[in-house]
Amino acid sequence: MSILSKEEAKKILDRALSLSKADHVELSLSGSKGGNIRFARNNVSTAGEESTISLSISSSFGTKTGATSINEFDDASLERAVRRSEELAGFAPEDREFMPPLEQQEYVESRNFVQSTADINADYRAKVAKANLLPAREEGVIAAGFLQDGENFVARANSAGLFAYDRRTNMDFTITMRTEDGTGSGWASRDFNDANLFDPEEAARVAIDKAVASREAKAIEPGNYTVVLEPAAAIGLIGPMVRSMGARQADEGRSFLSKRGGGNRLGDKIVDSRVKIYSDPQHPIVPSNIFDGSGQAIKPMTWVENGEVKNMFYSRFWAKEKGVDPIPFPGSFVMEGGSATTEELIKSTKRGILVTRLWYIRSVDPQTLLYTGLTRDGTFYIEDGEIKYPVKNFRFNESPIIMLNNLEELGQPQRINGNMVPAMKIRDFTFTSLSDAV
Amino acid sequence: MGAGALAFSVPIIGRAITPEEALIPVDVALKKRLSDIALNAATSKGATYADVRIGRYLNQYLFTREDRVQNVVNNESYGVGIRVIVKGTWGFAATHDVTEAGIAKAAENAVAIALANASLQDEPVQLAPVKSYGEVEWKTPIEQNAFEVPISDKIDLLLGANAAAMENGANFVNSNLFMVNEQKYFASTDGNYIDQDIHRIWPTFTVTAIDPKEGKFKTRQALSAPMGMGYEYLKGAAADKLEGPEGIIFYKDSYDFKEDATIAAKQAKEMLTAKSVDPGKYTMVLEPNHLGLTIHESVGHPLELDRVLGYEANYAGTSFATLDKWKTRDFEYGSEIVNLFADKTQAKSLGAVGYDDEGVPTKEWDLIKDGKLVNYQAIRDQAHIIGEEESHGCCYADNWSSVQFQRMPNVSLRPGKEKYSANEMIKDVEKGIFIAGRGSFSIDQQRYNFQFGGQVFYEIKDGKIVGMINDVAYQSNTQEFWNSCSKICDESDYRMFGSFFDGKGQPSQISAVSHGSSTARFDDVNVINTARNI
Repeated sequence: MSILSKEEAKKILDRALSLSKADHVELSLSGSKGGNIRFARNNVSTAGEESTISLSISSSFGTKTGATSINEFDDASLERAVRRSEELAGFAPEDREFMPPLEQQEYVESRNFVQSTADINADYRAKVAKANLLPAREEGVIAAGFLQDGENFVARANSAGLFAYDRRTNMDFTITMRTEDGTGSGWASRDFNDANLFDPEEAARVAIDKAVASREAKAIEPGNYTVVLEPAAAIGLIGPMVRSMGARQADEGRSFLSKRGGGNRLGDKIVDSRVKIYSDPQHPIVPSNIFDGSGQAIKPMTWVENGEVKNMFYSRFWAKEKGVDPIPFPGSFVMEGGSATTEELIKSTKRGILVTRLWYIRSVDPQTLLYTGLTRDGTFYIEDGEIKYPVKNFRFNESPIIMLNNLEELGQPQRINGNMVPAMKIRDFTFTSLSDAV
Repeated sequence: MGAGALAFSVPIIGRAITPEEALIPVDVALKKRLSDIALNAATSKGATYADVRIGRYLNQYLFTREDRVQNVVNNESYGVGIRVIVKGTWGFAATHDVTEAGIAKAAENAVAIALANASLQDEPVQLAPVKSYGEVEWKTPIEQNAFEVPISDKIDLLLGANAAAMENGANFVNSNLFMVNEQKYFASTDGNYIDQDIHRIWPTFTVTAIDPKEGKFKTRQALSAPMGMGYEYLKGAAADKLEGPEGIIFYKDSYDFKEDATIAAKQAKEMLTAKSVDPGKYTMVLEPNHLGLTIHESVGHPLELDRVLGYEANYAGTSFATLDKWKTRDFEYGSEIVNLFADKTQAKSLGAVGYDDEGVPTKEWDLIKDGKLVNYQAIRDQAHIIGEEESHGCCYADNWSSVQFQRMPNVSLRPGKEKYSANEMIKDVEKGIFIAGRGSFSIDQQRYNFQFGGQVFYEIKDGKIVGMINDVAYQSNTQEFWNSCSKICDESDYRMFGSFFDGKGQPSQISAVSHGSSTARFDDVNVINTARNI
């Protein structure tokens, strides 16, 4: 049994708490079960299921902490594990950044669990594979895809009286369709908390259409172009920017948000004034964690508004050092957009490139948030508001900060990789070389 | 990789244990008995082939910054993974419940999963044969088990190196020590029972120097290599050191943590005022700690047969090195002096094991010979596609809960035959750049176009290093790049680089792999300037 109810989890945690002799103890009980199916070359290649459950015990005397964990929860095992963590604390060094356990927090109601996703089994996965393999075989393209689904729970408790419980489901699906001659490739990515929202035939259709449309791409010169980035492309640069918004790194002088002369850029305008990025654990489309690893409540938070840095992540220790409230890292984020569809963004483009996906994105310079990577699975030349022909893939070297200062227009946000990101039109996006890859 | 060959997100799974618990192995007789239960359960339900891996995966990771220990992770992950073939289709199931009942149930699950997918299969699995070896064992030949060294000694080592960096101009330093012990038991219906004990270690750090007035910062990472060794890698023996240009020390079979941290701090400070590179064509002189990553991405991954065939199309991608190019036996992957080989046997390498994760004994084979593409990396269900009668022995799973699949063996560049040192190479360069250490890396999904950075860059003019430069990245095409290789230093310069967390597959798995080479020269390579203002 790897998934426990709130009551079952609390019972185990209460027993473990009652055994503690430490100054402080923090407990985390988590379990998961899930499965996957992978297919390639129009055949199923691998499929599997796994489940696991574990209780982590962290005991502290003063600022010295020892941790251990177990997956058996009888009284004798619990006692052995609690004693072991206490012994280990005796050998641990003092930690001047130690933070005592949090008292009970107020959590928003979780929207992370959907029964239909928890009910996914091997037959469902096989049906999803079939819904992609059959059209691929019929239309003479080659399918490769992957579905992963899971259900998990996490329960936290500590010696200061905190108890938190959350149960979550998730499913992620990606599909690549390649033409048999190897000159076209299309891709689609879908992720949900609720499996009822997933339409595998729709994803297959999108990927097949892109594969066919991207055949026999022409080479055009690399350089600076106006680009229309679909959400699946934009997330590749927006995501790393959001994840880099830690206050400590900035205060220490080693972040793109470090200020010349010291301090950070909280309150500064860093991108176009139309940019707003926020997080909300109860968002109807991208619900996410309601508490972090210490049990701290995650609340709605605005990160960028009117192009200005409104908030940055503060760990509990760094917040104490700076005399501010801690701000935990969110489980997902939302970048607001406009009302234009991707088609409308294309229509208003005189000359540009439609980018449907970015790939192998790596940091080049953390000082400027410069990233490199490539376009992939469908890149198209736009002229006079129409897609004229597919083009060969490009390598880019670009910073999301420069990119969001060159913002022309935002489209409608869509869920991608657990976040909401809009399509966007950007001028002077920097492509530095051509790639022959399809 | 796909997702990042060497992406530096550290996977931490499993349960925490005491350091002492890591030293108590699981009884081999018990593992054999449990394995037989799995194999019998699978075959009785209709499996025509089954293998079982009972794995105990131990990780000890230490994380420090400046004078503080941030975290000590001491984890064990123990469980069983069972793989079956039913009606020509693979099925896999894994469980942490290592009891007779738990294992039998997992075996039944694996069979049920295979059956659920069998109707979709029109390409039945074909396995290359393996001999029956009976009960055998293999151990990494280490001198000192890193898990036996007290954690306090390791902390002293890291904090000592941090202090040295801070005394020499660093503003911040993060240092880590990663140690892995895989205690793996493999059994299959082919009659093999293989017990292996595998050790790996990686010390590393990042030193940061800042200029708060200008709001600038620069980093320099360690020039260590992850190795298939015990704690003896941290001896820092004089015989294992090579003097590079401008005071850099390179390391062979052991590493001096404190010395490298000291040099790194001075270099990071110097970078704050070093000049920005003029973009253009340069002769590149690439030392092994840098070149290893280029080998990894532009040779290791494109020659994975599963990529070539399309099995990784949805994630890491496919490969430009297609079967039709290989079949000509004349595809010029590189210049005539380029010889790249694969192996799972090189002493002290990350890939070295006695048997792979489907019971195949390991070996060495050529991939590129005299510049020509001659072979790939293949496992049991792929060997027939390239006309081979046996697997290359490069199948791996990163955990008992992961299904094994084709992973990169060590891929290394053979040293030049003539006596030739790195310093002599620099003397022969008119306009060039010397790069040390791995930096930013990115390559397309068919492994044509790549871009690499590094840790430290020096400009070469008329045979001499004239100073440190910044903002360097080179872009090239794999075939053009390897055909521009005009010189390779001799064996005395040969050393290994490695990737501890190479990523591939869905669900993503990590793997550790080494790449040996000597310093090599590449002509007319396109260098871009990566400086920006925000």
